[in-house]
Amino acid sequence: MNKNIILYGAILIFGIAAPFIFPAFKVQLSILCILIILAITWNVQGGEMGYNTFGNILFYGLGMYLCASVQVGMFFPLGEWTEGGGEKTFVHTPAQFFQGFAVGLAVAAVVPAIIAGLIGYSILGLRGHYFAICTLGLGVAAGEISGGIEIIGAGQGFTTPPFPNVDRLEARGEFFYFCSFIVLVFTFLAVKAIYSTRFKLVLNAIRDNEDKAEAMGIQTMKYKIIGWMISAFFCGLAGGIMGGLVGYIDSTDVAFDGREMGVFMVLMAILGGKGTLWGPVIGATLFHIFKEGFWTFFLGWQYVALGVLIVVIVIYFPEGIMGWLREKYPERFGEVVDEADRKAQVTLK
Amino acid sequence: MDFLIFQVPMLTLQAVLDGLLLGVLFALIAYGMALQWGVMNIINIAQGDLVILGGYIAYFMYLYGIHPAWGVIISPIIMYFVGVIIYKLVINKVVDRDLFISILATFGISILFMQLMNFAFGADVVLANSGYGTTMLFDNSVTLPNSKIFSAFISIVFAIGLVIYMKKSKLGRAIRATAQNARAAKILGVDTEKVYAATFGINAALCGVAGALISITFTIHPYMGLPYTIRSFMIVIVAGLGNLPGVAMSGMGLGVFEEFADYILGTEFRIGSVFLLLVLILVYRRFKLSRKREYLK
Repeated sequence: MNKNIILYGAILIFGIAAPFIFPAFKVQLSILCILIILAITWNVQGGEMGYNTFGNILFYGLGMYLCASVQVGMFFPLGEWTEGGGEKTFVHTPAQFFQGFAVGLAVAAVVPAIIAGLIGYSILGLRGHYFAICTLGLGVAAGEISGGIEIIGAGQGFTTPPFPNVDRLEARGEFFYFCSFIVLVFTFLAVKAIYSTRFKLVLNAIRDNEDKAEAMGIQTMKYKIIGWMISAFFCGLAGGIMGGLVGYIDSTDVAFDGREMGVFMVLMAILGGKGTLWGPVIGATLFHIFKEGFWTFFLGWQYVALGVLIVVIVIYFPEGIMGWLREKYPERFGEVVDEADRKAQVTLK
Repeated sequence: MDFLIFQVPMLTLQAVLDGLLLGVLFALIAYGMALQWGVMNIINIAQGDLVILGGYIAYFMYLYGIHPAWGVIISPIIMYFVGVIIYKLVINKVVDRDLFISILATFGISILFMQLMNFAFGADVVLANSGYGTTMLFDNSVTLPNSKIFSAFISIVFAIGLVIYMKKSKLGRAIRATAQNARAAKILGVDTEKVYAATFGINAALCGVAGALISITFTIHPYMGLPYTIRSFMIVIVAGLGNLPGVAMSGMGLGVFEEFADYILGTEFRIGSVFLLLVLILVYRRFKLSRKREYLK
């Protein structure tokens, strides 16, 4: 227990100090935080509940659009803003910017969660690959449809309000970094708290055998919907911050970017190890480092590398890093190992 | 309702005819998907990308001065070997695993193909001009490009040919036996590994035919694959595995639906409406089955 506190403290201190130690990488660090949030939220669903989804990108993109729309719409007419494109006829004062961003984030978190609750009953009745394909369809449909809606910029995109002119140049990066870092800490603690309750056991029961869980008297549908709502809540938050960070929202390339973010979140969680608390964090960190290296040095080949990476991870490494560690050092994970039994199994195979 | 399509009755006929001809193509792709799904229990997200790759083969023949209609013969031959290579490299490692693994692995292949095609052929929307001209019907109010009629005809020929092949030939029987029970087939001397490779190859070849036809009748673009995958998936779940008339019917139904969505909602919502229809169909079937306390398997 003591060791854990030291570990968490060290990570927290590192997190707070990071933008000052690596001032050049503030945006990268913020994106890392967002990626970790997405991996953690995907893991609530895909890892713990066994409902592999490609559709959490829906909530991410929704959060992005909602946050930016609220931030603009609170003070200025939204239609004129998007029509103006990059040209800014309206300028947010600092107070308006932060106020709008805070309200926008709240909306970006709550509305996707409500939507997840509303559609959850219909969609979570599907199982296995039908659920996966259905959510894939939802994500792509959302991208295509939002690309046709005029008020949020349609095909030409939506520029989020520029960061207000405060005296320090560094302020923008630091603001978004701390936003995403605080949300990350909040997400991690919330998920950790959830995982220590009966709720996690229910989710695992659903993953292992849903019919039996139902037969044991668990209202599986209720828990599935709550699980999805939790995912959607944090996905929306992450999307809202990412929208502000990127500064420009496009329907299929930034917001509902199933080809990038939608796959990334699955891949990160699997790389780190599905169904573990730390797996997604480790997976996302490694993946981000790999991705940035590749995106920088082999620009153009990144999707080729991504495709190969997906295939290799899925085929040869489906248990992920945490799963591999667990196989290697089961004692560390609180499993009692009977040495003789373990060897007997090996020889049998 | 002030939509144009309701004011001009001929447009309705146009949409229905266009949709039917388009739907035959969808049905051909969906047939390949049903085949591999039934035999190998694999959902291939890269299906659409195989289609597009087949289309590029025909397009290149067109660029080098060969009439693209020959692509209907060349493209499936090349695509068969592409399919077998993909099978040997990736698919044979996911055949017996969880379906989600196969979805994710083929998603990886799909992304890989998209980008490789983007490198090799460029990101332009292209089409191979067959120069077949157009047929005018009903006093020039309904136009039907001959290439569409040609493509529908070729699709039907290939589909019927494949059905006969599956019924009569030795390999066809082996494929059907493996689909029924892979283990029993293995015991009785069927080389299931070979059957799987051939099945995936045949699927890729069907995609090649469809792609060549699409490059003649419509346009192709490296990133256009996913909608074809989703369409064929949708057709298969509506029709059910191994229900060939059903595949043909629902393929044409989807084609007509798309044309009407195009007219009524506008072209920008066309792909979106296809994906939404998938969600709606799945949800509808889920509610229908849940009355009997069952779920989609």
